[in-house]
This record gives sequence, structure tokens and C-alpha cells, in this order.
Amino acid sequence: MTRQVLARLLQLVGVVLAIAVLNFGLLKLLPGDLVDVIASESGSVTAEYVAQLRQLYGLDRSVFQQLLAYVGQLAQGDLGFSFRFGEPVLGLVLDRLPATLALVGTALLVSVVAGVLLGIASARRPHGVVDAALSTLATLGYSAPMFWTALMLIVLFGVRLEWLPIAGLRDISAAYTGWRLVLDLAAHLVLPVLTLSIYYVAVYARLSRAALIETLGEDFIRTARAKGAREQRVIFRHGLRNALLPVVTMLGLQSSALLGGSVVVETVFAWPGLGQLSFEAIKSRDLPVLLAVLLFSAAFVVIANLLVDLALARLDPRIRTRAVKVPADNLSADHLAAVAKEAA
Amino acid sequence: MTSSTQLPLSADEQEVIADLQRRSFFGISGALLAGGLLSGLPTGEANALTKALPNTEDGAQRGGTLEALVHPEPPTLAFFINTATPTRLVASKIFDGLLDYGPDLQPRGQLAERWQVAADGLSVTLNLRKNVFWHDGKPFTSEDVKFSAEQVWRKYAPTARRVFQNLTQVDTPDAHTVVLRLSKPTPVILNALDVVAAPVLPRHLYEGTDIPNNPHNNKPVGTGPFVFKEWSRGSHIALERFDKYWAPGLPYLDRLTFKVIPDVAGRATALETGAVHYGERNPVTFADADRLAKSNKLVVSTDGYNGFAATLWLIPNLRDPILGKLAVRQALVHAINRDALVRTVWGGYAAAATGPVSSQLKTFYTADTQQYPFDRKKAEALLEEAGYPKKADGWRFDLTHAFIPYGDDYRRTGEFVRQAFRAVGVNVDLKSQDLASWTKDVFADYKFQLVSSWGVNWQDPQLGLEQHYWSKAESKGTPWQNASGYASPEMDRLLEAAQVEPDIAKRAQIYQDVQRLVQKDLPLLHLFEFRWFGVWDKRLRNVTDTFNHSQSNFARVWFDAKA
Repeated sequence: MTRQVLARLLQLVGVVLAIAVLNFGLLKLLPGDLVDVIASESGSVTAEYVAQLRQLYGLDRSVFQQLLAYVGQLAQGDLGFSFRFGEPVLGLVLDRLPATLALVGTALLVSVVAGVLLGIASARRPHGVVDAALSTLATLGYSAPMFWTALMLIVLFGVRLEWLPIAGLRDISAAYTGWRLVLDLAAHLVLPVLTLSIYYVAVYARLSRAALIETLGEDFIRTARAKGAREQRVIFRHGLRNALLPVVTMLGLQSSALLGGSVVVETVFAWPGLGQLSFEAIKSRDLPVLLAVLLFSAAFVVIANLLVDLALARLDPRIRTRAVKVPADNLSADHLAAVAKEAA
Repeated sequence: MTSSTQLPLSADEQEVIADLQRRSFFGISGALLAGGLLSGLPTGEANALTKALPNTEDGAQRGGTLEALVHPEPPTLAFFINTATPTRLVASKIFDGLLDYGPDLQPRGQLAERWQVAADGLSVTLNLRKNVFWHDGKPFTSEDVKFSAEQVWRKYAPTARRVFQNLTQVDTPDAHTVVLRLSKPTPVILNALDVVAAPVLPRHLYEGTDIPNNPHNNKPVGTGPFVFKEWSRGSHIALERFDKYWAPGLPYLDRLTFKVIPDVAGRATALETGAVHYGERNPVTFADADRLAKSNKLVVSTDGYNGFAATLWLIPNLRDPILGKLAVRQALVHAINRDALVRTVWGGYAAAATGPVSSQLKTFYTADTQQYPFDRKKAEALLEEAGYPKKADGWRFDLTHAFIPYGDDYRRTGEFVRQAFRAVGVNVDLKSQDLASWTKDVFADYKFQLVSSWGVNWQDPQLGLEQHYWSKAESKGTPWQNASGYASPEMDRLLEAAQVEPDIAKRAQIYQDVQRLVQKDLPLLHLFEFRWFGVWDKRLRNVTDTFNHSQSNFARVWFDAKA
């Protein structure tokens, strides 16, 4: 187990390096740099001033030199300094981290719990009313693009019904404290979380439905029923444990997709998290900030996947901790894709 | 959607609205957008402005917290490097300048009590106020000014770098006197000593440090009426009254908090509910401004921006074979119904321009320039004359138009202009870019045909306009310099004469000639003057007693409980 964790952490170092180099190159391919942005915002400037800023920010060196300097800095655990914000990058990122973790964490939780419950409800009566309604919803959930879902939710709940706030993390014009603040935060979370989760609720519902139907036809379930176990117990105790395997695998995949989605969602809902920070960083060509956000995201994904593997090992004794490969073919990516397709 | 009180729309306006609706992203935005356009249309008045209380300090009471809007959030408070408006707005409350300027653009003392230009124009003497303290309790002296002039103006402050090119030496005969020695007369200096143009930083905190990365940049220590308390990024910047401010009894306000509300509808709501009392430089949409003006709690006013007078212009790339022809440029101006543009896209919060200098800059403005009224027939005739008949596909030629990426109003301006040009047979491809790409294309690579952007005159045309027409200002890679490639010996002669003309009246005359020449040669096509508006609580007094609403220090602003 520890060897596996260590291997994963080593992998993280490789991933970090690859991300730094790759994104550094990508961002350098964009036209314009941070000095263009600052000079543009400042109205009138002189040519010497622009040259001086470039020198100051080290943008006058070759791209390769800049990259070396950056990687050297990283090796010392220094994420660099943002000239745009005039602050060390680490502080900027840590400032925004909680907001994003709250958003992504809530979205993960909501989509798994809601998805699995709905999946169970459909599996109980395949092709029944609940199942049919769910299939329709799931199809909608997959096919709607995220930004469109977000805008529609804003139009419906924010503009038409005026039930929910549509922007920000909290109501900054009201100085709430205590429970009132928690409520306010929760209300602000609803629409962004809904936007991020709709698709995954559908995916989990389909996955757990298919896996549960399959499991409920197995011999050991028949045995359990023959022993006179109650239906609840059969489903939650015997069936679900097996049905959860593909769901947990999907969790690992979702954790990485969520971060990408959070950029869109945070931008639409003015949610002051890492997604918005990275969008700002791209717009102002603030390289160190963007790379830092990506590094944090990479760490998040690697750790999430590590947790998934550990959870799978707990759920399924067939999975040996020695190997991290998932042997059961019903967990292969092809199979998951097929299950997902089945709904459409 | 249309109500009975609406005026009949001109064909142009209908066309624009129909076009915007056709291409709007989905129904609702079209409705919102057209609703916004329509409600911004004049109903007798250009727009629904309301009168603010007269500016006075009679009966002023101390106390109160002013919750203000700032948008977008300033990236940094290092106002001596990044002079973006949000940064100015906040920093100008924390720092005082040597001088400030009134609504009439005349200088008023701030850190300097008196100022004197020598008869030969080669030195400027500033007598500094006594008993001025930095927020950390250290006294402010002439050494701070000397340090700022030598280290900050010459190296970092964007405006000062240009204005003080002829500064050779800074003398400090005593702790309260500064003499700026110049190699050439530089009359513009007296118009460029405000807090942002000539920033004064505390020597004891900046000397010998890495100035652009000094930790005090975002935790500023100033001499202004308000002390920096905290900055919670994405939420607010909190300032408190400075008890040792040099003007006894000032400031009136106890606290001043700038709130960041990124969403434009959210800003309108916050003003409406009284959660914030103040927002400046178009804090809400034009439709919302008209709505808020009807409230009995709020003022919507365009006062206080005479020194931030700005015009929106099209920059033609004169290196381009088509746009290099004067007749084509004349045709393009004739093709645009600027009154309709102002009414539909800008909700009436703008006015058609007559030339490069805004009419709000009364000292320098002249209306006596060549005009190009909206006239499609004339535009078509000029294009024929220039050798561009309509081809088989119905177009005379194609143009790309890259609008400045500062938001929807600018995008819609681009769309309006595209419609106008198509109506005379010029096909336009509208380019949408982010700021960094746009800046690089336009100012570093000159890779553009037509660009729409805007510029501020400031309190002197030399500060805001000169660099767009002076051939020596052309500098590849420097934003906001002469990008059109305009080079005219006559223009250069005028601009260079104005730089050293000590007689104020004569200097204004020279700038009138500049305006006439610009309208003759059309190096830039000036479309309209902005009419920036602010929205604030009716009880506030002295908000607009300034040349630039975005950088007044608010020492004299107070809540009039009786109002």
C-alpha cells in the first residue's frame, strides 16, 4: 500500500514537470504578453518603459531561458511572483483554493449521491415510469453544453423566479455572520453546483443502474433472496457494493473533468475561485499564476485517483493492492463508454 | 416591447436592433438587449439625469461609512506603474498629489501650497504644505518629492516619464521647497502634477528597495485623507479616516469601503437597495441608469469628468492601400450616423464628436473644424471617386475591424459601424480578441486595417492626444502611441511648438490648429465624446467637485442627513 502511494507521488512529480513545460510553451504561443496588457491598461506609456518592464519581468530573455529559470524556481518550491497582482503566487492561489474546493467537492458529493439513488430507483423497476423519466433526464443531462445549462439556470431561477442569487460567493453588500452566512453561502452554491453536477448525476444514474441490474441477476443475490433477506438489505448490502465499482472509477475521471468545468462555471457565476483566477491569468498572460493553478489541479487529480484506487481495493477483494490495474472487464473504459452510450 | 411613449425609430436604429436580435445568442438576450437599447432612447431629454445637491461644505457633519463600487477589481494598488481607472479610484483616496484640479481644470493646491514657473520657463518651484504626515506618522518633506521625481517619475510612472523628459535636476533648498530644473520650457507640467500623473511615494519606505515589488505597493502608506486597512481580494478594499490629515477637520467620512461586484446587474441592485452608495464611470447599464435616475434616493449625473473627457475613435491603418486614401476615410465618416450610434448603443450617454478634442475641455476646444455629416450618397460618391466601384458580389472592398475588448458597448459599437459600412458597399469582418492579442496586433505588429478604441484627453491635449498624431511618437510595440502611421511635417511643427509655448492663450491657439488639421487629414476618425456617468446616494455632497471623478480624494465628501 505504501509502495503504491509512493509510486503515485513520484508520478506526481513527473506530471508537475510535464505540465509546467507543456503549458509554458502553450502560453508562450499566445500573442501578446503581460507587459502588453499592463501597458494597454495604463493608457499612454513610452517605448523605454515597455522595454524596462519586459526586463523587469524577465520577458526579454529567450523562451528557453525563461523556462529554465521557471523550472529552477519550482525545484526550490517557489511558485514565483505575479507582477500583475503584485503578490507572491502561492498566496494568490491559496486565497482562492477554498472557494473552488467547496464548489468541486459539493458537486462531486451531490452528483454521486443523487446519481446512485436515482440509479437504484431505476434498477428496481427497469423500464418502469421512474426509469423512463430518468432516461430522458439523463439524455438531456449529457447533451446540454455546460455554459448553456448555466445560462438557462440563471434565466429560470435567477431572473424569472428570483429564487436564487446568480453571482458571487456570498452577498457582500450584507454583512451576514453565523448561520445566516452559512445559509447565504449555500444559496450561492446551488446554481453553480447544479450546473457542474447535472451531467454527472446522469452518468452515475446510468452506471449504477446498469451495474445494479447486472448484479441483481447474479447467483449470490438469488441466494440472498432465497435466504429470505429483505429487498432493502439485498440491494444496499449485496447489490450496491458491487454496483459501486464503476461509480468509484468514474469518480476519478470526474474529478479531473470538474476542474475544467469549474473554469466555465466560475466565470459564468462570478465565483471567486481558481477557475476565475486562471481565466484572469490567461487573459493577462500571467504565466506563473496560471501554471500554479494547473499544478494544484494536477495534484488534486492525482490524489483523487489514488483515493479511488484505494477505495476500489476496499470494495472489491479481487483487486490486489500490488497491482493498480482493474481486472474486471466491466470496469474497462470501453465498457464505461458503452454504458454511457446506452442511455443516448 | 415597444411602448406607446417611445419615439419612432429611425430606419438605422431599426436596422441595428433587428440585426442585433437576429444574431443574438438566444431569445432572451435579444429581448434584454433590445429592451436596453430601446429604453435608452431619448424621451425628450438625451437621458434621464438628475441634479446632485450643490457642492458645499456649509453645515458639513463628520461621520458615516461610504460603501463604494469599484469595477473591475484593481489588479494592484501600485498606481505609479499601473494607472488603470480602478487603481486610480482607490489609490487617490490614500495618496494626495502635489496638485489637484477643479471642474474648471484649474490647478488647486494639495501637497503643494504654492507653485511658480520661472519667467524663462526653465524651473518650477513648489512650496510644500507644512504639517503633512505619512500614514505611519513620519513627516512628509521635500525629500519625498525629490526621491519620487528622481526614482519614480523618471522610471515608472507612465505619464510622468513623458512629461518630465526635460527634468535635469531636483533641488530641495529646505524641507518644504522643491525646485524642478528643466532643460526646456515644459508648460504641460502644471497640468500634470496630480496624484497619478506625478505620484509622491514615501522615501523612507521605498528608497533602496525593489520599487515595483515593494510589499507596500499593495499595503500603501500615503499622505491622503484615508488610511489603507485591508484588501480582501474578490470582495472589498477597506479604508479608514486618517486622523492626522493635513486639513483640520477633514475628511468628513469615517470609513470608505470599495466593494467588488463583478456582475453589472448586481451593481445596479446594490445601488438600488442602498447596499452601496456610490459608483462611478458607468457602473451600471444605460438602461439601469435611466431607471435609477427615477429613484428618489439616487443621483445619476455626468458631472465631474471634464478632465477625463474622452472620445471614441476609429484608427485607420494608413499603411493600408485602401485606408491610406483620404477620400475613403472621408467616406467612412460620412457613412456613420453618429447620432444614432450615440442614441442606440450608448443610451444617450455620449455626444457626437466634432474633432479630436472633447468639447468638455473648454480651454482648448474649438468647433471650427471640418465636419463630415451622415450622408450615404456622399459616402458612396467618394468611394466611387476613390476608385472602388461595386463589384459583382455587391461589395466595393473588404475591411477587418478589431474593436477594443473592453465589453459589450464596444462590441456593439463595432457591430453598428459594420452595419453602417455595409450600407455603402463596404464589407466588414469584425474581429473579437482578448486584450493581449489586440494590443499586440494593433500596437506591436500594426497588423490591422481598422480599429475602434478610445482615448482620454486628460486636462491637457499634450497628455492624451499628442502621441496619436506626432510622427515621433510612432513606436512599434508601445500601446496607445501613433499606430495609424500618420506623419505630417505641419502637424509635428504644431505639436512641438505647443510643447514649449509658455503663453497659455497662444498654446491653446496652437491646439485649435491641431484640431483643424486632424479633421482635414483624418488620421483618426473621431466618432463621439463619452459622457461618463456616476450613480450615488442623494445625500452625498462634493462628489463631483473635481476634474476627474475617478481620482478625487474624497476629503470633502459628506453625508447631508437633512437632504
